[in-house]
Amino acid sequence: MTMQTFKEWFFTTDHKRIGIMYLVGSMAAFVVAGLMALLIRLEQSSLGPTITDNPNDYNNWLYFHGAAMVLAFLIPGLTGFFANYFLPLMIGAQDVAFPRINAFSIWLFYGAIILALLSFVIPDPPDVMWTGYPPYSITTTGNTAFYVFTVHLLGFSSVLGAVNFLVTVIYMRAPGMGWNQLNIFTWTTVAAFVLQLVFIPVLASAVTMLLFDKYLGTNFFNPEAGGDVLLYQNLFWFYSHPAVYVIFLPACGILFEIFATMCKNRVFNYKACVYGGIWGIVGISGFVWVHHLYVSGMPDWLRIGQMVTTLLISVPVGLMVMSMWGTLYRAAITFNTGMLYAISCLFLVLSGGLTGIPLALTAITVHLSETSFVHAHFHFIMAMFSAFAMFAGIYYWFPKMFGRYADGPAATLGFWLNIIGVHVTFIPLFIIGVEGMPRRYWDYQMFPQFEPYHQVALVGAFMVAGGMAVTILNWIYSAFKGKVAVENPWKSCSMEWTHAPNCPQAGNFPNPPSVQPEWSPYGYEDREGNMAATTDPGYPTGPTAKPAE
Amino acid sequence: MRALTGKVVLALSGLMMASPAFAEGYERDPAAGWDHLWREIVIDITVIGVIFSVAAIYMVWKYRAKSDDEVGRGPKLSPAAALAWALIPASIFMADDFFLSAKGWTLWNDYRRIPDEAKEIRVTAYQWYWEFDYGDDLVSEELVVKKGEPVVLRMTSEDVLHSLYIPEFRVKEDVMPGRVTYVWFNPKRTGEFVETCTEYCGTAHAEMYTTVRVVEEAEYEQFINELKEEARAANSVKSQS
Repeated sequence: MTMQTFKEWFFTTDHKRIGIMYLVGSMAAFVVAGLMALLIRLEQSSLGPTITDNPNDYNNWLYFHGAAMVLAFLIPGLTGFFANYFLPLMIGAQDVAFPRINAFSIWLFYGAIILALLSFVIPDPPDVMWTGYPPYSITTTGNTAFYVFTVHLLGFSSVLGAVNFLVTVIYMRAPGMGWNQLNIFTWTTVAAFVLQLVFIPVLASAVTMLLFDKYLGTNFFNPEAGGDVLLYQNLFWFYSHPAVYVIFLPACGILFEIFATMCKNRVFNYKACVYGGIWGIVGISGFVWVHHLYVSGMPDWLRIGQMVTTLLISVPVGLMVMSMWGTLYRAAITFNTGMLYAISCLFLVLSGGLTGIPLALTAITVHLSETSFVHAHFHFIMAMFSAFAMFAGIYYWFPKMFGRYADGPAATLGFWLNIIGVHVTFIPLFIIGVEGMPRRYWDYQMFPQFEPYHQVALVGAFMVAGGMAVTILNWIYSAFKGKVAVENPWKSCSMEWTHAPNCPQAGNFPNPPSVQPEWSPYGYEDREGNMAATTDPGYPTGPTAKPAE
Repeated sequence: MRALTGKVVLALSGLMMASPAFAEGYERDPAAGWDHLWREIVIDITVIGVIFSVAAIYMVWKYRAKSDDEVGRGPKLSPAAALAWALIPASIFMADDFFLSAKGWTLWNDYRRIPDEAKEIRVTAYQWYWEFDYGDDLVSEELVVKKGEPVVLRMTSEDVLHSLYIPEFRVKEDVMPGRVTYVWFNPKRTGEFVETCTEYCGTAHAEMYTTVRVVEEAEYEQFINELKEEARAANSVKSQS
């Protein structure tokens, strides 16, 4: 890389380059946190010390794995990379509303990643899990400040991003583009950023109080001095449950884009999906946090009340699922690697979502809480569903980003290793979870009967590791040497494909688009007969989308 | 109208009295209730999962594109149809939600209502061990209970958060400084079971476990006597020094 290109990237304010930098940073976090997962599986694969005889090492891996996967991979990957790169293209904008603030966001994010990685070299790394519950996080010799400052940096970055993207969607849509003509991905991203804007300050205040308690001698969480030990958990989950939807919603949005395109179909019951599903989730998201605290000593009336609200999440999620399944109905489906991942997500959302139903019931959670059943449940819905949706999106938009295909035998091999591997890993954990295997255990002398299950899980973990290695190497290779892609290879109707060339330059659109009232990003039926024309990049395309005068 | 209201109230209270959870003398056992509800939920979610899986597999197979330029023919819904496709599934999901909520609430009441005859044992958690106090300064680090006698554990912590978990009895509740929480259970068969900590509490979190012994009455008396002997010996050592 020459000095010139380095400068271009370092000082860029282009939303697409910032997007790519988010992709690189979040994938780097994914790789390191994934290696931690391998260490965790290895340690648990036999009774007694396996690869370390120091439980603190194991606890540090757990901390890094959880914090990095959630805060540095899933959230920045979905709301940083995907939103940055594709949202302006989907709404026909030339960039985001505040490009310099966008650049500031990415550097805050990299600051946080560096801070997180430093925890490997400092003497007493944080060992507070990604949840950081006091009083342990205050009394531990581990460096809780690293945890707090990482959350601060990422939170600040996300809040800036939220303001930026909400303004962008409100004010910078292509002329004529109405709210009901937005891509589902755009809607889910808007919803995710609304959640970030509302709830991140709560998390930031919680971890700041933690910092004050540990280093400045305040007593927010110290019952001996009048503090409340449960306050932190309430504040933490008041943000961190909505954070699950900050991940879930954009992941669903990616899947809708892929299904609509690869099915050449309109999104089934678009308005129910958007106003009932997406905004229904946003509406309920702030009233369910207590299901993380079912065994934390909350008042009984609160546990019962939030059992009902938690179960009611199945209504908006169900509406999104109906729309997702409905989009397959009477479709004309073609397949690529992105579509394979997307289809696998149809099953991951079932196994992950439905195993949440017992956990919504207070009385059932009394047994399952903090066991590997919970661990497997949230890995299915939050880790695998969302990560596979991201991989689907990366394959699907690869030609857009790099002008080349990433599909091929390596991609398919990676897919099958990943999808089989995650099931081999987590199905045993479901089983022993119901039998009582606790999570976050360095060792399990009290449950020697679970050892074979952990060994099966280890095999699965290595399959995923192999699958991910193949997948990531394939992306890197394909970005530089892959087969050159034609314009709009999947024959999508969505604006990022029809109006912007592959590898769009600064400004995005050769002819800034405007749209007619009957235009839709999913208007395949209206375009029958025009489909052939769209393989040829004669811009603009589509019967009703016209260039601005 | 008043007569009708009276009848409804009568019928409802009759139903409540007939319902086992509210009846006098019913031997409640949260663990058995848990197993029962768990089986029902597994059936519930399996049915939903199979329906949607089969639908997905069928459609992905059935609606493969026959030619390159084919487009999907998904129905364009009229406003009425769109509303119906939102409200009907939403009603079905809500019906299932409320059904499960009601079941879960009933079981939860079992979990929280301590039987009058329950034996109270006080629990203190430390990094990283448990202490069980049977009253009269009789203290042990393993939990020994009498078969057939319900037990309520009143729990607090001396340092950080812990969580008391006995898989056999399907009970778990966090133990924290400055508060007293409780769980109760009904030990029905003798045996040795695991009690372990399930709230991350630092280095030796995974080693913070002990045994729950459910024993016959005679053995229980013997255990208490042993504790008394120990206490007496400890006291005499104290008074000598």
